[in-house]
Amino acid sequence: MHYQAKITIALKEGMLDPEARAIQHALANLGYKTDTLTSAKLFFIGFEAKDVQEAEAMAAKMCERLLANPVIHQYTIEVSG
Amino acid sequence: MKFAVIQFGGSNCDRDAEYVLSEICGVDTDLVWFKSRLDPSYDAVIIPGGFSYGDYLRAGAIAARTPVMADIVRHAEKGKLVLGICNGAQILDESGLIPGMFTINAYPKFICRPVHLRVETTDSPFTSLYRKGEVVGIPIAHKEGRYVAPEQICRDLERDDRITFRFCTPDGEVTPESNPNGSAGNITGILSGKRNVMAMMPHPERASEEILGSKDGEKIFLSMIRHIERNEAK
Repeated sequence: MHYQAKITIALKEGMLDPEARAIQHALANLGYKTDTLTSAKLFFIGFEAKDVQEAEAMAAKMCERLLANPVIHQYTIEVSG
Repeated sequence: MKFAVIQFGGSNCDRDAEYVLSEICGVDTDLVWFKSRLDPSYDAVIIPGGFSYGDYLRAGAIAARTPVMADIVRHAEKGKLVLGICNGAQILDESGLIPGMFTINAYPKFICRPVHLRVETTDSPFTSLYRKGEVVGIPIAHKEGRYVAPEQICRDLERDDRITFRFCTPDGEVTPESNPNGSAGNITGILSGKRNVMAMMPHPERASEEILGSKDGEKIFLSMIRHIERNEAK
């Protein structure tokens, strides 16, 4: 079966996000007052797997082995067939 | 005795490191293209600064997962020396040889300037020629150099005397003002558990000749050479 995984890599809560802070400043310069702003990386990955469980497990391995760094990141995975 | 300086696509301090080792320190040094893998005969490996793989995903993340890095991990497991400078330090943390990680600076811009570092330990193959507490001038040049690690890791590093350099004032005081990138505990040089791998953000190869304003970085390379000579004599 062919599956599509949507993987979101974000900073763990409480981690300093200097880029998000700079973007928030830039929005303020444009006149938008914001109280929160977080950024994240989004990956759409297509691959073959036996079933949805295997697809989810493979996507999790991809996060653990490359896409995320456990020191600062958390990730979420949504798999669709 | 032979040193290898690894070249990834995007490395840009490779020739500087090779020049300092061969011309200033007088040691046999090869530039090793990452696709050629690592010959096991090398005594020490330098992973130089630069922008391997264009810093895609995270600085050092992709280079850390190349076959030559698997060779370097094996080289390190044998107790041989590995020094990662700047992008090399990021590659070492991404490959798991060093705990924690170097991530985007607290103020997210590229910083390139001389800084002061306090030598925290001389009990390592990389810092044995310094004096403990000595203040040295070695420049930094990075956008992703803020050291981050869980508190427990920082405590373990401290307990095990594995911190080699901290950012400090010219008088050797470790203060928030002397921390250019927001690193945890001003830490910018770390040893592996076996003390044969060191990751550091500052560039000692840019501070190894008087003409460049500082010779303070040269002692890192000379310490490594002395360590290897002593091991050979055993």
